[in-house]
Amino acid sequence: MRMITYLQAINEALDEALAQDERVFLLGEDIGVYGGGFGATHGLQEKYGRQRVRDTPISESAIAGVSVGAAMTGMRPVMELQFSDFITVAMDQLVNQAAKIHYMYSGKAKVPLVMRTAAGSGTGAAAQHSQSLENWMAHIPGLKVIQPSNAYDAKGLLHAAIKDDNPVMFYEHKLLYKTLGEVPDKPYTIPIGLADVKRTGKNLTIVATGSMVNKALEAAEIAQEKGISVEVVDPRTLVPLDTKTILTSIEKTKRVIVVTEAVKNSGFSAEITSIIAESKISMKLKAPIVRLGGAFVPMPAQKMLEAHATPQVESLLDAVTQVMAEIEV
Amino acid sequence: MNKKMVNVQQAKVIDKRQALRKMWEIRIFEEMIQELFDAGELYGTMHLCIGQEATAVGGAGILKKSDWIVSTHRNHGHCIAKGTDIRSMFAEMLGKKTGTNEGKGGSMHIADLNVGNLGSNGIVGAGFPIAAGAALSAQMQGTDQVVLCYAGDGATNEGSFHEALNLASIWQLPVVYFIENNQYGMSSSIEQMVNIDKLSDRAKSYGIEGITIDGNDLVAVSKTVSQAVEKARNGGGPTLIEALTYRHKGHSKSDKLMYRSEEECRQWQENNDPIIRLESELIKNGVQQEADIRQMEFTIRKEFADLVASVKSDSEPEIEDLLTHVYAEGEA
Ligand SMILES: Cc1ncc(C[n+]2csc(CCOP(=O)(O)OP(=O)(O)O)c2C)c(N)n1
Repeated sequence: MRMITYLQAINEALDEALAQDERVFLLGEDIGVYGGGFGATHGLQEKYGRQRVRDTPISESAIAGVSVGAAMTGMRPVMELQFSDFITVAMDQLVNQAAKIHYMYSGKAKVPLVMRTAAGSGTGAAAQHSQSLENWMAHIPGLKVIQPSNAYDAKGLLHAAIKDDNPVMFYEHKLLYKTLGEVPDKPYTIPIGLADVKRTGKNLTIVATGSMVNKALEAAEIAQEKGISVEVVDPRTLVPLDTKTILTSIEKTKRVIVVTEAVKNSGFSAEITSIIAESKISMKLKAPIVRLGGAFVPMPAQKMLEAHATPQVESLLDAVTQVMAEIEV
Repeated sequence: MNKKMVNVQQAKVIDKRQALRKMWEIRIFEEMIQELFDAGELYGTMHLCIGQEATAVGGAGILKKSDWIVSTHRNHGHCIAKGTDIRSMFAEMLGKKTGTNEGKGGSMHIADLNVGNLGSNGIVGAGFPIAAGAALSAQMQGTDQVVLCYAGDGATNEGSFHEALNLASIWQLPVVYFIENNQYGMSSSIEQMVNIDKLSDRAKSYGIEGITIDGNDLVAVSKTVSQAVEKARNGGGPTLIEALTYRHKGHSKSDKLMYRSEEECRQWQENNDPIIRLESELIKNGVQQEADIRQMEFTIRKEFADLVASVKSDSEPEIEDLLTHVYAEGEA
C-alpha cells in the first residue's frame, strides 16, 4: 500500500469529508491560503472555496462558539486551534457549552463539532506552545477525546470524528505530522473507542498514548533483543476508553507500564493505572505498575532540557528492566 | 469591506393587544415562580425579568417561528415571547420530567428548538459567538433565518462579545445583538463598569450599526428589532441594539438590593413600567378598556395557577435519567 504522512492523512480525511457531506466546513486561523498552522488544510480552500474553508480572525472563543452554534443548527464544523495550548482561550465554549448542551437540553440538541489541534513538545517552542493537555478534556463528560499515533489511525479516526454526533477533541501531534504510514486512498472510519494492539508480546504490556506509542514500539524492539517480549497497546481514544483491550492484554502479560507525554501528575496514566488497580487483574500482576509521564514542569525551550521533560526510549527501557526484575509473588 | 446596502422594508407592526397579553404572561409566570420559591417549593435559582417584558415581547415576539433566539440567565421572558410552552417551563422550574429539558436544565437553560429557542445560557457572554454560529448555519444553508441574541449590559465586557461582533461583521451574518441594558450586572452599575455613554457605540469598532432605544417602549423595541431583523434577513448583516430598561427585582434570589436606592427603583416601577405604559396608551386611545385588561390579567392568573397545580403531579425524572443524554447516540 502507498505510504503518506500523518499530515497528508489528515489533509486527505478533511478533503474527503468536505466532498462527502455538504454540511461539513472548516474554520480556523490561517487555514486558507496558508494551509493551517502546520499545513493540514493545505489546498482545501482552493478546492472548496472560502465559504467552506474559512479563515477566521484570531478569536479562539469565537471560533469555538461559532462551531457550537453552527453544529446545533445543522452544520458539521471542523475547527482548527492552531496550537492545543490555545484551548485555554476557547475553554468556555468547549467545556461549558459544547460538552453540556446535549445533556442540559435532555438530548434535544446535538453538537457535532470537531476540534482539531496540534499538541505536544519536541519543537523547542517552549511552555506556551508545547503542552499535552488532552487529559483536561478527557475529564469532561460530554466530550470525546482522540489521540491518533500514526497516519492510518489519524485518517480513519478523523473521518469517524466528523461523522460523530458529539463534540470530539482531536489531538494531533506536531512531531507525528511528518511520520509515514500505510494509508488507504479511499475514505474509511475507525470506530471511536477501540484500542489497538500495535505489537503483540508475552512478558509485558506497555500502554502508550499519542507520541509515546512510537517510543514504546522502539523500546519493544530493543527489549526483544534481550529476550523480553513486549506488547504495546494504544488506546487511540481517551474517551470513550476501551478498557477491555487494555485489561485483556495485561491479563495475558501480567506486567504493565503506562506512558504518556503529558505531565504525569494527575494525568491520564493515573486513570489507566486506576482501572487496572480496580480490576481483579491487579491481584495477578507480577510487578507493581510503573507509570511514566512528563516532568512536572512547564516545557522548557532548550533542547536537552526539553528532551528530559518527557519520557524517552531509554526511560522506557529502564522501566522495562525494573518491571521484569520484580520477583514473582 | 463586504458590506451591502440593503433596502429595508417597513418594520413589522406589532399587535399591541396580543403583545400586552404576552407581557402579562411573562410577568405572571415570574410572580408565580417567585411565590413558589418563597413557599419553598422551588429548588435552585432564577433570575427574574420583571420590568423587562417589552424587550422580550418586542424582540423575540416579533420573530418568525423559524428564526432563532439565543438567551441568557435572565431568560423567562425571552422563552415565553418566542413561544416556548409555558406548562413545560413551569415543569422545568419544578424539576419535572415533563419540563422543557426534562429537569436537566432548570431555570437558566430553558430551551425549545422546535419553536426556535436555541437555549439560555448560564455563562455571561457565551451566547454571542453561539448566535453567530447559528447565523452562519442559516447563511451557509441558504435559509432566511435570523438569530436574535439577547445579552445583558454586563456581558458586553466579556471578550466573547468583541470576538463575536467582529466575526459577525466580517461575515455579514444574519444576527441581531440585542443588549438589555437594565443598568446593572449583579451589583455593578454599568456607569461604573464602562467609560462610554452608550453601549451601542461599541458597534462602531466592528463596522456595524449600533442603536440605543427606550427598552420599555414596546413599539420602539419591536420597530427597531424588526428593522434590524429584516436587514439581516436580506443580507445586510448584523446590528447591535441597546435597549434601556430596568429589572424591578434583585439579580437573583440572594440579592439584598444594597447597591441601588429605593427612590431609583420606585421611579422605574411607577413611571416607567413597560406594562403600565402600554396599558395607559391602549386605554387612552380607546383600543382596550381597563376592565377588559383586568379581566385578561385575572384569566391568565387562573390559567397559570391551574397549570402549576397540574404540573405538581407530573412525575419526576428517574434515577436512571441521570446518565442519559451525556452523549448523542449513533452517527450522522
Ligand atoms: C462568565 C460569567 N461570569 C460571571 C457570572 C456570574 N453572573 C451571572 S449573571 C451576572 C450579571 C450579568 O449582568 P448582565 O450581563 O448585565 O445581565 P443582567 O443580569 O443584568 O440581565 C454575573 C456577574 C457568570 N454567570 N458567568
